[in-house]
Amino acid sequence: MAIDVKIEVRNLYKIFGPQPKKAMAMLEQGLEKEAIFEKTETTVGVQDASFEIYSGEIFVIMGLSGSGKSTMVRMLNRLIEPTAGQVLIDGEDIIAMSDDQLVKLRRAKLSMVFQSFALMPHMTVLQNAAFGLEMDGIDKSTREKRALQALEQVGLEAWAESRPDELSGGMQQRVGLARGLAVDPDVLLMDEAFSALDPLIRTEMQDELLKLQAKAKRTIVFISHDLDEAMRIGDRIAIMEGGRVVQVGTPEEILQDPADDYVRAFFRGVDPTNILTAGDIATVKQTTIVITEGKNPRAALQRLIKDDRDFGYVLDSERIFKGIISADSLRELIDDSAREQLIQNAFIDDVMSANSSDSMQDILPEVASHPWALPILSDSGEYLGAVSKNLFLRTLHRDQPEDQPVTEQLSNGAV
Amino acid sequence: MRIFNFDEQLIPLDEWIQTFVDWLVLNYREFFQIIKVPVEISLEGLEWLFFTLPPWLIIVAFAYAAWRYAGKRVTVFTVLTFFLIGYLGLWEDTMTTLAMVICSVVFCAVTGIPLGILAGRSDRFEMFMRPFLDAMQTTPAFVYLIPVVMLFSIGTVSGILATIVFALPPIIRLTSLGIRQVHPELIEAALAFGATPWQVLRKVQFPLALPSIMAGLNQTIMMALSMVVIAALIGAGGLGNPVVQGLNTLEIGLATIGGLSIVLLAMVLDRITQGIGQK
Ligand SMILES: Nc1ncnc2c1ncn2[C@@H]1O[C@H](COP(=O)(O)OP(=O)(O)OP(=O)(O)O)[C@@H](O)[C@H]1O
Ligand SMILES: [Mg+2]
Repeated sequence: MAIDVKIEVRNLYKIFGPQPKKAMAMLEQGLEKEAIFEKTETTVGVQDASFEIYSGEIFVIMGLSGSGKSTMVRMLNRLIEPTAGQVLIDGEDIIAMSDDQLVKLRRAKLSMVFQSFALMPHMTVLQNAAFGLEMDGIDKSTREKRALQALEQVGLEAWAESRPDELSGGMQQRVGLARGLAVDPDVLLMDEAFSALDPLIRTEMQDELLKLQAKAKRTIVFISHDLDEAMRIGDRIAIMEGGRVVQVGTPEEILQDPADDYVRAFFRGVDPTNILTAGDIATVKQTTIVITEGKNPRAALQRLIKDDRDFGYVLDSERIFKGIISADSLRELIDDSAREQLIQNAFIDDVMSANSSDSMQDILPEVASHPWALPILSDSGEYLGAVSKNLFLRTLHRDQPEDQPVTEQLSNGAV
Repeated sequence: MRIFNFDEQLIPLDEWIQTFVDWLVLNYREFFQIIKVPVEISLEGLEWLFFTLPPWLIIVAFAYAAWRYAGKRVTVFTVLTFFLIGYLGLWEDTMTTLAMVICSVVFCAVTGIPLGILAGRSDRFEMFMRPFLDAMQTTPAFVYLIPVVMLFSIGTVSGILATIVFALPPIIRLTSLGIRQVHPELIEAALAFGATPWQVLRKVQFPLALPSIMAGLNQTIMMALSMVVIAALIGAGGLGNPVVQGLNTLEIGLATIGGLSIVLLAMVLDRITQGIGQK
C-alpha cells in the first residue's frame, strides 16, 4: 500500500522577537537557542523542522514545555506565520497562500481543538458546535443539523441548548471536539486537547478519539507532553526538543532505537512490555532449518553443533513454522533405528508459538517457562523470529549495555 | 542665566491660537455651519418627538424600559421622578434636556464605538488616540466653549457639540477595553475555523465586548448629563437653564430644583442603561 502524505513540513522555522533575520543567520553559524536569546532577545520557536504526516494517521508531537509544539501545530494552519520554510497540505504550499485562499483552506480542510477548550461563552453548545459551518456561510438549518450530529458523536446532544459554562471540563472539551468534527475536516489539529482534564476523563476522551478515528479515518495531529498518551493514541510520534524535531517514528521504533539521550530520558519509566509486541523484538538469531523433502536428521544435528545451538527451528519451503528440534531430540531419534528417520519425528512436544502482534506482556509466561526461544509467527504462520529470555530481558533493560549477563537475573526473580 | 529668565513670555502660544481661531472663523465658518446640519436635524427630530408625544406616553415608555431591564423598584422610581419633574414645572426643560442628551449620546455612539473598535484592534491607533482622549476629558469645558460658539454660534447645537467632546472618550475607551479583553484563544479558535477578520469582529469580539461597550455608553450618558449646565451657558436650554438663571439671580430655590431634576433624571437613565448592559 502506497503511503499517502497529507502534510509535509519542509525546513520550517519560527523565530519570535525583534530580530528574526539576525537570529536566522546566527542559527546558520551553529549557535544555540539560548545563546541567540541572550544576544538578541529573540526566541527560536521552531528550527529546521522537516517531516511528513500521512493520511489517516494520528501523528503525535511530543516534547517538554517550551519545545515548540504549539508553535509547530499553529504553523500547520498558519495561525502563526513561519519565518521560513514550507508547509504542504495535499501538495499545496499553504505559506504561499493569500489570505483569501488561506481562509478557504481552513474552512475546507482544517479544524482545531484547544487545550483551554476556547468555546464561545456567548453561544450555546449547539452554536459552538456549528461555529465552523457558520463561518463557512452554511444556512442555519443545515448547520444546526450537522452540529447536532457532531454532538451526538460525542454524546452531548441533550446539552445542545446549554451554555458552555454550565458544563464540566470534560464535557466542554467534547463540545470542542464536536466543533472540530462538525466541519468534517481532513485534518484535525489538537493542541494538548486533553491535558486540562483529570486523568480518568482524559483516558475516556482518548478512547473516544480512537473510536471516532476507527469510524472515519482523519489525519490527526495531536500535541502532547504526556508519553503515555502519545503511546496510546499515536500511530507515529515526533519528538521535539528546543524547537528541533529530534526523532520521528512509530512508538516502537523510538522506544527501541532512541535518537539521543533526550529521547531516551523521555522513555525512561515507560513499561515497554505494554508497547512492544512480540514481532517488534523477535530476532532470527536462532538456527533455522528449512525442511526440504525428507531432510536428514543427521545433517540437522551437524548444523546445530556447528552453530553451537541447543535448538533449531524447522520451517517448510514457504517459511511456515513447523516445529523445534533440539540436539537431544535429534540424537534420540538417530539412536533409535526402529523409528523412521524423519526430522518431524524429532520435534519437541508442547511447543507453543506467539503471534507477532501479541504484546511482550502476553508472551512472557511462554518465554519464561521453556528453555528454547519462543517462535513468533505472522498471521499466516510465517516464521518471523524468536524471543529468548535473554532478548526479553535485554529489551526490559534497554539502558544497559548489551553484553551484560542478564540471564542470571531471571533466576533471581527479576521478571 | 538667560535660560531661566521666566519674567517675559518667550512663546506667545496664546496669540498663535487666537490668530488660528480667528483665521478658522474667517475662512471656514461656512464649513463648520455645514457640520452642524446633521446634529441640527437629529435634534429637531428628537425635540419634535418629545414635545408632541403626550407626557403619559413618555412616562409609560420609560416605565416599560425600566420594568423590562431594571426591575420593579427602578420602575416605581422612574414614574415618581417624572411626576415630580412635571409637578415642579420643569417638564418642558426636561424634554429639551432628554432630546439633547439622547442626540449627543447617539453621535457619541456612532463615532465612538467604531473608533473604540479600531483602538481595540490596533496598538498604534490606541497610542495615537490616547492623548486626544485625555485632552477631551480634562480640558475645562470653558476653554473650548468660546471657539465652539465662534464657529457654530450660540444655541443648543453648540451645546451638543461641546457635550460630545466631553462625553465621547469613555465610550471609546471602554469599547477598546472590551475588545482587548476578549481571550486571544477565542480569536485563534475563530481564525482556525476559517473566520475572516470581519467575522472575528462580528461574531466574537463585538458580542463579547458588548457588556463593556454598554458600560461605556452608560458613562457617556452620565457625562452628557453633567454637561447640561455648562451647555446652558451657551444658550442650549433645558434643565441647565433654571440652574444658570438661579445662579445669576441668586434664586437658590430655582437652581436647586433644576439641579435635583438633573440628578433624578441621571439616576433613571443610569439604572435603565445599566440594566440593559447586564442583560
Ligand atoms: N508569541 C511569542 N512570542 C515570543 N516567544 C514565544 C511566543 N510564543 C512562543 N514563544 C516561545 O517559543 C518557544 C516555544 O513555545 P511553544 O508554546 O511552542 O512551546 P510548547 O512546546 O507548546 O510548550 P507548552 O508545553 O508549555 O505548551 C518557547 O520558548 C516560548 O517561550
Ligand atoms: Mg503549548
